Amino acid sequence: MEQTLDLSHSPLKSFVTFIKRWLFTTNHKDIGTLYLLFSLLMFFIGGIFALLIRAELFQPGARLLAPEFFNQMTTMHGLVMLFLAIMPAFSGFANWMIPLMIGAPDMAMPRMNNWAFWILPVAAILLSSTLFMDGSAPNFGWTMYAPLSTVYGPASTDYLILAIHLMGLSSLMGAINIIVTLLNLRTPGMALMKMPIFCWSWLVTAFLLIGVMPVLAAAVTMMLMDRHFATSFFNAAGGGDPLLYQHLFWFFGHPEVYIIILPAFGIISQVIPTFSRKKLFGYRFMVYAMLVIAFLSFIVWVHHMFVTGVPLAAELFFMYTTMLIAVPTGVKVFNWVTTMYRGAISFETPMLFALAFVILFTIGGFSGVMLSLVPADFQYQDTYFVVAHFHYVLVPGALFAALAGAYYWLPKMTGVMYNERLGQCHFWLSVIGVNLTFFPMHFLGLAGMPRRIADYSLQFANFNAIASLGAFLFGFAQLFFLYMIIQALRGKGKKATAQVWEGAEGLEWTLSSPPPLHSFTTPPKFE
Amino acid sequence: MIAKSSNKKIFILLCMTTLSMFGIGFAMIPLYNVLCKNLGINGKTDKNAYHASHEIDLSRSIRVEFMTNNNNYLPWDFYPRLQHIQLHPGENILIYFAAKNNSKQPMTVQAIPSVSPGLAARYLKKTECFCFTQQTFNPGQHRDMPVLFHIDPHLPKNINTITLAYTLFDTSGLKKTKLVSQNLRRIPA
Amino acid sequence: MNPIKKFFLIFFICLIFLTSPRWALAAWQINMAPGVTPISHSIYHLHMLIFWICVGIAVVVFSIMIYSLIRHRKSLGVHAAQFHENFFLEIAWAVVPFIILIVIAIPATKTLIKMNDNSDPELTIKVTGYQWRWRYAYLDQGIDFFSNLSTPAEELQNQAKKNKWYLLEVDHPLVVPTHKKIRFLFTSNDVIHSWWVPTLGIKRDTIPGFINEAWAKIESEGTYRGQCAELCGTNHAFMPIVVKAVNEKEFNRWAQQQSGEPLHGTNT
Repeated sequence: MEQTLDLSHSPLKSFVTFIKRWLFTTNHKDIGTLYLLFSLLMFFIGGIFALLIRAELFQPGARLLAPEFFNQMTTMHGLVMLFLAIMPAFSGFANWMIPLMIGAPDMAMPRMNNWAFWILPVAAILLSSTLFMDGSAPNFGWTMYAPLSTVYGPASTDYLILAIHLMGLSSLMGAINIIVTLLNLRTPGMALMKMPIFCWSWLVTAFLLIGVMPVLAAAVTMMLMDRHFATSFFNAAGGGDPLLYQHLFWFFGHPEVYIIILPAFGIISQVIPTFSRKKLFGYRFMVYAMLVIAFLSFIVWVHHMFVTGVPLAAELFFMYTTMLIAVPTGVKVFNWVTTMYRGAISFETPMLFALAFVILFTIGGFSGVMLSLVPADFQYQDTYFVVAHFHYVLVPGALFAALAGAYYWLPKMTGVMYNERLGQCHFWLSVIGVNLTFFPMHFLGLAGMPRRIADYSLQFANFNAIASLGAFLFGFAQLFFLYMIIQALRGKGKKATAQVWEGAEGLEWTLSSPPPLHSFTTPPKFE
Repeated sequence: MIAKSSNKKIFILLCMTTLSMFGIGFAMIPLYNVLCKNLGINGKTDKNAYHASHEIDLSRSIRVEFMTNNNNYLPWDFYPRLQHIQLHPGENILIYFAAKNNSKQPMTVQAIPSVSPGLAARYLKKTECFCFTQQTFNPGQHRDMPVLFHIDPHLPKNINTITLAYTLFDTSGLKKTKLVSQNLRRIPA
Repeated sequence: MNPIKKFFLIFFICLIFLTSPRWALAAWQINMAPGVTPISHSIYHLHMLIFWICVGIAVVVFSIMIYSLIRHRKSLGVHAAQFHENFFLEIAWAVVPFIILIVIAIPATKTLIKMNDNSDPELTIKVTGYQWRWRYAYLDQGIDFFSNLSTPAEELQNQAKKNKWYLLEVDHPLVVPTHKKIRFLFTSNDVIHSWWVPTLGIKRDTIPGFINEAWAKIESEGTYRGQCAELCGTNHAFMPIVVKAVNEKEFNRWAQQQSGEPLHGTNT
């Protein structure tokens, strides 16, 4: 990864070389780095949107943001975090680690890999530019329900639709690449059921992506048609139905959340065994559980629509399937706990984040089971109870898993150990911040506070104030992470060995830290 | 260049898959209609007149309510001549809806029916309905528009109240969709 | 009593206390209200049932985990065990949660079927969502009016002290009789809104061009407040719902007064 500076050339020439390297790279390590750094930047941008929201909601009454702008912030926060931050983060880990884990020299289609990444900054600029357009940025929630988005959406909506197409293309290309790589490039001797579980998690995720990204593309294209080509897909006047949009969107939207969480599960399943010094318990069943989750994820989508007037038969069916998903997810949690049990546990930062994941993601899972009960869901839906649920599974869930992965693999990627004390600081401030922010939201939802409101009545003031304080604490804590990354990238820290972690197992730990730019050019031995 | 025959086979298979997926796009229309009707989703009633014969079930009495809505502040009077009616399944009922264009331009409207409970929709058979076509009224023009319908005797036993609602939409400009400008009115008005 | 047992005892006492519906310190309300209709009561009990089941499972699982984190640390000098799979265990911890789910699914199904029984209503009210207010029409009584947020602008702009019902007050509340089965029909004038009154246990999306329905039988007189629960544009936060439930006589008196009066606060 080192670039030796050739002083006999002009600074401009070095700059051009630098740009060309990163623009045209087909190397999975470089592309992985690009994904990770891009997602880090987008996390801070999405985080700023969140802090603007929490600043406004710190107290009742109109404070910093007009309701028009507040609605734009909630919309953009969701879009940026989901499509430009968390998904690219896991793609980054996939790119970096999958070839190393299976003993392959690179991904199967390196040039498509490059393109899959570089679409994202374009999409990000397109999406962010909507904030500066005449009229407003998209302001109808990341879910973009019709007719608010079709008939009443601002002009920037069309740019949002284009951005979504681009992000979808990126995900699709990445997914195809991953499947082909995992099915074809495993080193001899590595049967599928011997493959590292992180690879399994991405194999399943990639199929989900291919299954549902086109549905989102269709839904937003129909939006575009309704907006400009006089179609009536989502307009009752022409024989259409706003609920058609919701069905299409959530048919994508539910597998989408599993697309986000499955790689997170994969990371946790790598980290916990390492720091327990004990192999993952029930590897087979962990794989089966992911397959069952993936299958079930296609037949639960109406649980986002229980209050729209769904007939009884559908309510019952989707209630049962949604409840069912708790079973394979529970199996995974039990397997993680049993992995730790009677291991020899140490508490380095990756393990801390993984442990917090197990507890806090499970709490998010419990609120999910509560939400699955349709009669109760009539009280929870569209309230802060739902906001609490999905933030628990996304933040101390997916994000903590990504952070665990970052701390876990950073020494391998950069060649230096991160500052452990900084890591611990980051961890504890994040855990406290995340719980202060999102736990009170359960109470707010149960007490009657709807979501996506720019102002609220007095009985919600206390918990909103606590949530806002927690949010700022959590945001501040991420600066520790940023500093730690910068230090590691600059090479500051103890040199990392190939093994890095005492309990780590797998082909990636046989390579030097950092690995050579081209690794496993001949397939390694594996049995 | 496809050299190996196994690659050729895969290529043909993928092409056929793509073409059949494209075809499924067209098959979705009848499929969607069948599913909606049978699962009672969104109270979709028939767009076309219903013409089969039917018997009258005197043992049951169903209350049918009529409701009207104007979409997006449509400047029309639109109301049913009768608020509700008690009838037997199978009985032919003729009901009138009054409509008046209160605006200063000729307007074309489309009445969109919706039935609640949704599962009752497929049992509400319309023989004649103003909702089958768009209606154009001159400014100030008013008309009573008929609906001739009956309730299919196979209506599930647990349903005895049905609401038939019509929402009137302005379709004058439906050739080119007019995007409603953002209503950024702050409270209070 | 050892410290761990003491911890759990205190934890549970707090939990029971804090989730009790009587603990109605409004500013710190942490639990759903049981409400005033048979459906809202059923929902509340279902909610408490699933809540306690989740707490139970959490306690068991997290206790084992925390025990392990304390006892099975490398720093204590333990050696990691070598077991990696157990077929029986995997089946057991899939089947047991499955059975627990069936236990919850039964009351949930029963309540859902009850909620879908819209037969024999005694009063029908049409609720239409507008940007950004509600319109109520009593179809049989010929009453029709808009219900707008009535919180003064000065309070919204922080120039006056906010009153107790800030953002939860309207100029014309929905007046309904107690002990009568009321059928609500929902639709919208423009975008999707959602009519939600927690204490009545009703939330329904209002969809333009379509009607939805729900029913309620209110058991006690009182004023019940709710809000729009589906993002509907700029003033989504500013279209509350106020329902005044009064006895039948008072309702009839009110209805008499309203009938024949022109449409209030309308521009249609």
